[in-house]
Amino acid sequence: MNTTKRQKQRKVLLMGKSGAGKSSMRSIVFSNYVAKDVRRLGATIDVEHSNIKFMGNLMLNLWDCGGQDGFVENYLTHQRTHVFSSVAVLIFVFDIESREFAADVVSYGSIVRALAENSPGAKVFVLVHKMDLVQSRLRQQLFDERAEYIKQASENFKDTVEFFPTSIWDQSLYKAWTQIIYYLIPNARGIEGLLRELAEVVDARELILYERTTCLMVTHVTRGVETGNPFTDRFERISSILKTHKQSMAKHTGIPAGSSNFAEMQIKTGRFMFFITRLTENTNLAASIPASEQVFNAARVNIMLVRPRFAELDIASKPRPAVQQAFAHSAESGSGLGMGAMDGEDGRGKGKERERGFE
Amino acid sequence: MEDLPDAEVPHTDPVPPRFHTGRLPNSKAGDGKPRLLLMGQRRSGKSSISSVVFHKLPPSETLYLETTTRIKKESMHSFMDFQVWDFPGHLDYFDPAFDVDNIFEEIGALIWVIDAQDEYLEAIMRLNTTILNLQHSYPNINVEVFVHKVDGLSEDYKGDTFRDIIQRVQDELSDHGYENAPVSFYQTSIYDHSIFEAFSKVIQKLIPQLPTLEALLNSLCQTCHIEKAYLFDIMSKIYIATDTSPTDLGSYEICSDYIDVVIDVSEIYGWDRPTEDGDAEAQETGNNDAESLITMERKGNNYLYLREINKYLALICLMGDDSPADKKAVIDYNVGVFQTALKQVFPRAERDVEATEAVE
Ligand SMILES: Nc1nc2c(ncn2[C@@H]2O[C@H](COP(=O)(O)OP(=O)(O)OP(=O)(O)O)[C@@H](O)[C@H]2O)c(=O)[nH]1
Ligand SMILES: Nc1nc2c(ncn2[C@@H]2O[C@H](COP(=O)(O)OP(=O)(O)OP(=O)(O)O)[C@@H](O)[C@H]2O)c(=O)[nH]1
Ligand SMILES: [Mg+2]
Ligand SMILES: [Mg+2]
Repeated sequence: MNTTKRQKQRKVLLMGKSGAGKSSMRSIVFSNYVAKDVRRLGATIDVEHSNIKFMGNLMLNLWDCGGQDGFVENYLTHQRTHVFSSVAVLIFVFDIESREFAADVVSYGSIVRALAENSPGAKVFVLVHKMDLVQSRLRQQLFDERAEYIKQASENFKDTVEFFPTSIWDQSLYKAWTQIIYYLIPNARGIEGLLRELAEVVDARELILYERTTCLMVTHVTRGVETGNPFTDRFERISSILKTHKQSMAKHTGIPAGSSNFAEMQIKTGRFMFFITRLTENTNLAASIPASEQVFNAARVNIMLVRPRFAELDIASKPRPAVQQAFAHSAESGSGLGMGAMDGEDGRGKGKERERGFE
Repeated sequence: MEDLPDAEVPHTDPVPPRFHTGRLPNSKAGDGKPRLLLMGQRRSGKSSISSVVFHKLPPSETLYLETTTRIKKESMHSFMDFQVWDFPGHLDYFDPAFDVDNIFEEIGALIWVIDAQDEYLEAIMRLNTTILNLQHSYPNINVEVFVHKVDGLSEDYKGDTFRDIIQRVQDELSDHGYENAPVSFYQTSIYDHSIFEAFSKVIQKLIPQLPTLEALLNSLCQTCHIEKAYLFDIMSKIYIATDTSPTDLGSYEICSDYIDVVIDVSEIYGWDRPTEDGDAEAQETGNNDAESLITMERKGNNYLYLREINKYLALICLMGDDSPADKKAVIDYNVGVFQTALKQVFPRAERDVEATEAVE
């Protein structure tokens, strides 16, 4: 197989009515805009293409399609095959405040039809956006109603389409985009397997892998009691925390947000210890571990040692030998699992590794 | 850090900050809690300010706040207790039907909120009447004027409006011979950090120990090559003191954002876990005062440092460029010294902690 350097190009269409908030989302998630800044964005003329390198071998080929009627007409006619062929994902954005919801759904209908014709295997994500403009107690119901209605108009994608309520003003944006990205990452299971083994070795309660530029979660592993953590939205919350912090550092240091990364952030309390550090060129690793200096120091060392393994995974997607070999300090017998054969359910509630020889 | 001034002897500052009263009112009927009154026109943003600063309401959610119909009194329990009274905008605050004495007697500060995006002449008229009334019977009350909602204004217009408002108030005061009345002005918005900065300055004037705190922080900064150090009230993100080097909104912002990071992560992972086998271990080695450190990739050195000082306060330091990562031990040590000194300045906070621990 000639997989080593080949990049996986994945075409992603971002569509929806003009003013729905497509470019706003794109600039916040991928270009380090803060929510306040998006008011300055003008309407998108035709299609704005961007190539976003994400986790090594995944290249997002994002088509931000201006939503004014004339452009949409054009996508559906003259440019029909050009726009709708070889699409991996369609992200369709509805503005919750739109006064012409029915008309929006009709337009959505013609777009999914064009998609079904040209890229029948594509996946559709529908974002019901600007939810902040709805009073919080009404949000869920309104979202459910809209989602149901849109689902009925989803033609061939009716059974697979996924819905998310979003707003640029809270972490819901990250929640939705995390799911979209997860769907696109070619070797997510492999990364997860490696992460799970790492978690066992360092005795972490939780490990979360974040993409560095977007701060979106790639995947996570949760062990033992931590599976009972009541904050189920914590992954996107941390995304949003990291992003905000990055912007805040950029603002203060004058270093552009794209490169104002921290090398490491540590938080230690009586109940847990947490650190987040660079893992590979494109990823940061967040670790939540028991409140013990010893475990903390050992975890940092082990993570440093395992970097090359993840770096390989970052570039290529072929199976790798088990991670165990990479740990100098681990006495745990390797289970010999190859990358392709990780068991997702394994490793819960063990937490009995304290005899291991950390230094 | 040998050269720390003795914390028990309040450091006497040659130039006391203007209007710093350091007065903790505690008259007969008093509960000893300084009161902050929020007054101003209807819809000027009083309830929004109180909700955003003290209840962490996201600013965009203030759109749904209803108009206030009766005085809303809230107690804030922190490093020092104070009350926030949110007034309805349409009230005549000197209506004899009110117990004027009861309202004004113990206040720490009167915060007058003016909507800078709206016509403000009437607001100023009412403000002037209020100040003149107060000057008559309660001349020591700090009047803090928040020129509010400046987020929607262009830089030029913002500056012009601010100057115009100050001018109009000061003219009126000097016409009545009160040019030295303790009135200060701030430009604020709930959509950025300015409202927290303004509140910080308002509250600092009510802390008698401020000069001591500043001296302690100065000395810490000097010993550890710290560029800027803030002592934050964790809950409200108001800073109650900083070293006396020049402050800019930027360094306040980054420290304030940093507190958020630490608070949020602590909330997420500090939940009550059912007893697990790792617990015994945790109790042995875990440190109880939260601490945090950020190292920057570009600079390659320590950048931000946070240490929980007691139940209410956290110290946050922006490190200087010449502060290498391996100096952390020195910083830890000196922060420990600072913490001990602070215990003497705020013995109350410590007692509180002990009391709650005993209950647990
Ligand atoms: N309240 C609210 N406003 C939003 C949100 N997202 C975007 N907006 C606003 O929506 C407006 C339009 O956003 P754009 O991102 O330019 O819209 P677009 O979908 O790219 O429009 P076209 O390029 O014309 O197709 C901007 O002024 C944003 O401020 C949101 O989550 N909540
Ligand atoms: N742009 C902007 N709007 C603000 C700001 N602060 C408050 N508002 C808005 O001002 C409106 C009125 O706010 P309230 O807090 O209810 O005003 P209030 O002074 O308590 O009004 P009353 O209770 O009627 O006296 C709300 O819609 C807020 O969203 C601000 O800093 N900037
Ligand atoms: Mg656009
Ligand atoms: Mg009100």
